[in-house]
Amino acid sequence: MEPFTSLTAVAIPIDQPNLDTDQIIPARFLGKPRDMQVEALFHDLRYDTERRPRPDFVMNKPGYADARIVVAERNFACGSSRENAVTVMVDNGFRAFIAPSFGDIFFNNCFQNGALPIRLDAARVGVIRAALRAAPGAQLTIDLAKQTVLGPDNQVDRFEIDSFRKDCLLKGVDEVSLTLSYEQEIARFEERQSREVSWL
Amino acid sequence: MTTAQTMFEKIWQRHVVVDRDDGYTLLYIDRHLMHDGSAAGFARLRELGLKLRRPDRGFATPDHYVLSNSRSIQDIPDPHHRRLVEQIKENTAASGVTLFDLGDERQGIAHVVGPEQGVTQPGLILVCGDSHTSTHGAVGALAFGIGSSEVAHVMATQCLWQRKPKAMRVSVEGTLGPGVTAKDVILAIIAKIGTAGAVGHVIEYAGSAIRGLSIEGRLTLCNMSIEAGGRAGMVAPDETTFAYLKGRPFAPAGEAWDRAVALWRTLPSDPQAAFDRDVSLDAAAITPMVTWGTSPEDALSITARIPEPSTAPDAAKQDSMRRALDYMGLVPGTPLDQVAVDRVFIGSCTNSRIEDLRMAAKVAQGRKVVVPSWVVAGSGLVKRQAEAEGLDRIFREAGFEWREPGCSMCVGMNGDTGQPGERIASTSNRNFIGRQGRGVRTHLVSPAMAVAAAVSGHFTDVRRLLS
Repeated sequence: MEPFTSLTAVAIPIDQPNLDTDQIIPARFLGKPRDMQVEALFHDLRYDTERRPRPDFVMNKPGYADARIVVAERNFACGSSRENAVTVMVDNGFRAFIAPSFGDIFFNNCFQNGALPIRLDAARVGVIRAALRAAPGAQLTIDLAKQTVLGPDNQVDRFEIDSFRKDCLLKGVDEVSLTLSYEQEIARFEERQSREVSWL
Repeated sequence: MTTAQTMFEKIWQRHVVVDRDDGYTLLYIDRHLMHDGSAAGFARLRELGLKLRRPDRGFATPDHYVLSNSRSIQDIPDPHHRRLVEQIKENTAASGVTLFDLGDERQGIAHVVGPEQGVTQPGLILVCGDSHTSTHGAVGALAFGIGSSEVAHVMATQCLWQRKPKAMRVSVEGTLGPGVTAKDVILAIIAKIGTAGAVGHVIEYAGSAIRGLSIEGRLTLCNMSIEAGGRAGMVAPDETTFAYLKGRPFAPAGEAWDRAVALWRTLPSDPQAAFDRDVSLDAAAITPMVTWGTSPEDALSITARIPEPSTAPDAAKQDSMRRALDYMGLVPGTPLDQVAVDRVFIGSCTNSRIEDLRMAAKVAQGRKVVVPSWVVAGSGLVKRQAEAEGLDRIFREAGFEWREPGCSMCVGMNGDTGQPGERIASTSNRNFIGRQGRGVRTHLVSPAMAVAAAVSGHFTDVRRLLS
C-alpha cells in the first residue's frame, strides 16, 4: 500500500450533509471491474441523464480539476459498506477527506486503501468549505506526522488519529501481514475457544 | 468485585486476541457471512497468496445479483453480474465454505439466512461485507458490516483490528399500538436521534416494548441500526431467543444446547452497567411511520404533513430539506396520506421474513392492489413457509407479484429498479437518492403500510384498514 505522509493539494467543498456512499458510487456500477468504475464517481450528481456535466456540481466548476482532498459536511459517506466508495475516490486522485463526522465503515475502509479521513470541528470545517467555494482551486496541506491541516486561510488545525492507524498509513503497512505476525496469539485463542465454545 | 458490564462489553472481552496499548484490539471473528459481492475479498486473498483460515466459520449465499424472476444464473443479463454469482460457487467450493446456492431453498438474503439457519447465535461476533450485518444483533450477537479489504483480512486471519466503540442504550417502554411494528419503532428512533445519532456506538435496544418483539421484529429493528449511524445494534437474548434458535440446523444440539444456553444467560447487560448514552421512547406514542425525504431520519407519522423547510432550525437544514423535497417531488403542507404512490416493494433484509409476510397478507386479504406491487420473500424457506400458509395465494389474488428471494429492489443491483420519477412505497431500509434506480423516489414503510398504500394508491394509515 502506498504510504501517506503529507499532501498539498486542491480541495473540493461538498456541502450536503449525510452524503451517502450510494451518491459516491451508485449501485449499478458496483458489479463492474475496478477500472470500469473510475467514471462512476459521484456519477448522478456530476452528470444529468443525457450524461452532460451538471454545471452546479462542484467537480464540474472551474478550478477544482486537480483536487485530491474532499472537505465535506457531517456524516459523510454514510450508508452502504461498499469499499468502492473509497477506491473510486482513490482512483480519481483523492487521498484525504475532512468532515465533522463520517460513516463508520467508510472511515475504516479509508485506512485499507492508503487514504486519510480527518475529523475536525463542524464550525471549522464550515469555514474551510466557505473559503474553498470563495477561491476555487485553493489548496490545503495535510501533514500526517504532525497531525495538522493548513487551511486556505493559513490557519493550522490539529486533528486526532489513532496511533495504530497513523503508523500503518505512514509506513504503508498492510494490515494482513501485521496480523499474521500474531499467529501464536490467534492459535492460542482458537485452542481455548474450541474447548469453551465447542459447538461452534 | 467485578465491574458491571454491558452485553456488548462482555462479548467484546470474550473475543480479544491481542490488546495493544495504542487502543487497538485484535478481535476474533466467529462467523463470516459471504454473498455474491464477496468475490472481491476472495480475489484479494488470492493476490496476497493466502488461504482461507477457517472455512468452517464461513457461510455464503448469493443475494445481491440474483434475479427475482428466475433461478437460472444463465438468465442474468449483465455478464459481470453473472460472473459474480458463478464465482461464489467456485470460491466456496475451492475453499470449503458452506454455500446455500441458487436452487437450494436455503438460499436467500444473507441477513435472513444467517438467523434462519441458526448460524447467528448469542454471544458471537459475526461480520459480513454488507452494512446491514447489524441485523444479527437481534439474537444478542455483536454483528457489523465491513468493507472488502476487511473481508479479505477476516478470510486470511479470522480476526479484525478494531477500536472499542462506545455503548448506547435505546429504551422503548410500554406497548405498541395495533398496526405499529418494529419498522415503525426503528424509524421513530432514527427520526429522534438522526442518521448520525449513533456514530461510533453500539446500540443496545432495551425496554418492555423491545422484549415484547418477536425475533423477526428484533431483526428488523437491529437491521436499521446502521441507518442511525450505529456500528451495531443488539437485543439481549431471552426465552424468545432460545425458543427461536432451538432445533435450527447450525444451532447447538443435545448436551451442547444446554451448555450454550447457560452461557447465553450470562450475556445480558448487568443491571448497574453504564452506557455512554441513553435515549428513551414511549412505545404508545409511536404510530405507523412514512419517510418523506432522502434520508431515513426524514420519517414522520402517517398522520403528519410534508414539512415546511422554513420551520427548520438553520439555513443549512432548510437547504437540505428543500433539496430533498425537490428530489421527492413533494409540496410542503400536503398530508402524507394524500401522497400517491406508483409502485410497492415488499422485501429486503429489513422486512422479508415470515412474520412480515403474514402481517402484509392480513392487510391484503380480500383487497386489490391498484399499482404494480411485488413481494420478494427473504429466503427460499420463507417463501416455502408462506406458500404452506397460503399467503402467496392471498398476495396473488390481491394482484401482487410473488417473486424469488434476493435483495431485489432494495438496492437494484440485479436490475430490479423503478423508473425515473416513480414513487415507491418500500419496506427496505434506505430512501437515498437513486437507491432504487436513478430518479426514483423511495418512501420507507412497514409491510402493513406498504400493502395499505398498494391497495389505496396513496399512503394510508393501515390502522384504518385493520379496524
